[in-house]
This record gives sequence, C-alpha cells and structure tokens, in this order.
Amino acid sequence: MNFSREFRDPRVARCLLAEIRQAVDGQTGVLTFMEVCGTHTMAISQQGIRSLLPPAIRLISGPGCPVCVTPVDYVDHAIALARRPGTIIATFGDMVRVPGSSSSLLREKAQGADVRIVYSPLDAVALARRNPERAVVFLGVGFETTAPTVAGSILQAQKQGISNYFVLAAHKTMPAPMAALSADPELQVDGYLCPAHVSAIIGAAAYQPLAREGGVPCVVTGFEPLDILQGVLLLARQATAGVAKVEIQYSRVVKPDGNRKAQQLLAEVFAPADAHWRGIGVIPGSGLEIRSAYAPFDAARQLPVAVEAPREAAGCLCGEILKGKVTPHQCPLFRTGCTPENPVGACMVSSEGTCAAEYKYGI
Amino acid sequence: MCLGVPMQVKSIDGEVAVCEIDGVRREASLMMVDGVRVGDFILIHAGFAIERLDAEDAQATLLIFREMLDRGLGPE
Repeated sequence: MNFSREFRDPRVARCLLAEIRQAVDGQTGVLTFMEVCGTHTMAISQQGIRSLLPPAIRLISGPGCPVCVTPVDYVDHAIALARRPGTIIATFGDMVRVPGSSSSLLREKAQGADVRIVYSPLDAVALARRNPERAVVFLGVGFETTAPTVAGSILQAQKQGISNYFVLAAHKTMPAPMAALSADPELQVDGYLCPAHVSAIIGAAAYQPLAREGGVPCVVTGFEPLDILQGVLLLARQATAGVAKVEIQYSRVVKPDGNRKAQQLLAEVFAPADAHWRGIGVIPGSGLEIRSAYAPFDAARQLPVAVEAPREAAGCLCGEILKGKVTPHQCPLFRTGCTPENPVGACMVSSEGTCAAEYKYGI
Repeated sequence: MCLGVPMQVKSIDGEVAVCEIDGVRREASLMMVDGVRVGDFILIHAGFAIERLDAEDAQATLLIFREMLDRGLGPE
C-alpha cells in the first residue's frame, strides 16, 4: 500500500489538533512556523490547515518553490537560447509561463520557438537522440530532489555518446536559505517544517547546524494532512519546551543520512557555487554548477547567446513573499494586476507558488 | 516541483523499472536506489526512483495515530 489514505483520516486529525491545542495552552504570543517546500505550501492551503490551528500558531511559506526563487536573468537566458536557431528547449511545465524581463518561453513558443514540456530530464535526452541535428537544452531548475535526476541525465547522455544534449543549470540547495532567514532580525521563525523530498536526498542530519547552532526546531514533514498536523505538533512541543532539535515525522521515506547514491550522483556532476535567490540575494555555496569534466553538456559554456539586462516587474512583491515577510493579500497586484492567467511574478505562475496557492484556495 | 509519486514496481529490466499507480504505468530509472524488487513501493520523481517507501516505519507512525484514537482525544 502507498499509505495515502491512512494519512488522511479525519478522526486522527481531530486528535492531533487537540494535542496541538494542549501543547500551546498557556502560550503567550504567537509561534511562527515556516514551511520551505512548494508542495507543503499547496497541501497546507488545499487542506485548509491554517483555519484549523489555534491562534497561537502561525504558518508562513518560505522560499520552497524552485521556479519562484529562480532570478529573472535565468529566464532571460533561457529565452535567448529559445531564440537560437536549431535549438529545442526542454523544460518542466512551470517554467514556460514565468515572465522574463520582456518575454516568456510561452510567448517565444507562440512566435515559433521550439519549447517542449517534459516530465523527466531523461525525456530530454531521448529528444536529443531523436534530433541529432539540433541542440536540446534542458532547463535545470530545482533543489536537491531534482538536481540528481539532472546529473543522471547528463551521465546517461555521456554513456550513449549524445553530444547535442545540454543543461542550463540553476539548481539550488536547501539548508543555506533557511539559515539566512533565521538570521534575519525582521523575521522571527520559531520552527521549520523541513522539505520532505529534498530531505529524502540530503538526509535529516543536514538540518543539525540549524537546530544546534541556530536554535531553531526542525521537523522533516510529509505531505498528507496528518503528516503536516503531526509535524506542527512536534514543532509546537519543541518550541514551548524551549528545545531545538531535528526530528523526522516523515520517517517512511526520510532517513538521517538521506540517499547516499543520489548524493554521489549529484557530487559527480555538480560542484557547489554561489547562487542568487530571488528576494533573498546571493547566498554563498547555495547553488550547483556543472563541473568542468562535464562542460560539454553545459549550455552556458557551449551555446553562447546575448542575454538582455534583467528587469524585475514593478510593484511585484514576490521577493518579500518568498521571505515570509509579506502575505499575497498585502501585494497591491494580487488578484487585480496579477492572476494565474496573467501572472506578473513567479509566485503566481508556479502551481506551488505562495500566491498561486492563495489565489486557488484562499478565502 | 519536488513532487514524489509513490508507485509499485511491476517489472525490472536492468536499471529501469516499470511502475504502476491507479492503473497508470511509467518507466522509472533505478540509478539512485539499490536493491529494488518487484512489488516494492518506490517514490518516483521526474522519472527516477528517489527512495523506497518503508512499510515498517509507516506502520510505526500509524500506530501512534491509533493510540491517539484509542485515548479518545478528539471531540466528535
């Protein structure tokens, strides 16, 4: 069985909520817990979890949507490549509608560029095999869950002797922005619901410094409603007891050391690099670049194109929203100038963006 | 983006498994997970198995939930 039904039982949800209320009984002030995973953002909104929690607990969303934290100059770079003759852009679906400085991949496609949505980077390798006369560029966006799959695709292309497969890499890695946000004096985070599938790869131990040195409770939490409620309960108990440790709620998938084989794959192809996070800025060592041994597959090195100067949309508060400082309702564009149909910022484009979740499920 | 779909392994050919959920079948690479057997539930992300679903650990969590129900904490 895959356990999705068992983790949705409303009777257990009532029990967990009673225990959460007990845990924060007598708590003065509000505990703020941040979730750092787009799938959590969606699940919390979809299940109406905020409305069930006592007022002493506030859930906010952090920079957990990879498309949303991708800076506009990356989108511009992808658009420039889409305009390059003889090029096919292969990407996960979310990226095509993200506005660049003056266009989007969807608009380029409408004007004749060859932009294809794929489910797996291996599908992009297959596309390259079937189109040997063209350059196939896969848009490598995503955290540690996705980066090893892209590493795997590069190794596969190498093994099959495919020389027209390239990756435009902008992968980011997780614990670093969480440490950056907890250090922000404007933002009080009392606990992290740590990302589920990122943790399946990196392991729960990766959050130890955050708990031990940063003093922030961390609970690796699954995506079903009971997972999230239990994750909140464990955080509430830590926070009210004044302890900060790493716990694994999602133990059916996540282990303390993570997936060693995936980590090796990632380290074989990628090296840590500084990365620019939309809204947060440059965080040292929080990104991944393709190692020089795999330079033949690096679109940035092999397919030089002129990229326009980046320009962020005026009035868009995406950056502040990604830091959990502002809610979508506080953005003057939300639901008026910015909708899923006509998004201004990435937070409204991605199906797991904070604004998209609020638009779809918010009250 | 980091969406993992739990699927059951139906057959394995080298490094590729055919997996199924709700009647949908799809190939998944086993490049990242060792020792997968037919019948296992694995978490698939972007065409790759990223982890096995641990039935014992899942049962341990469910046991905590059952004990909660038995204590009758939830108001009906």
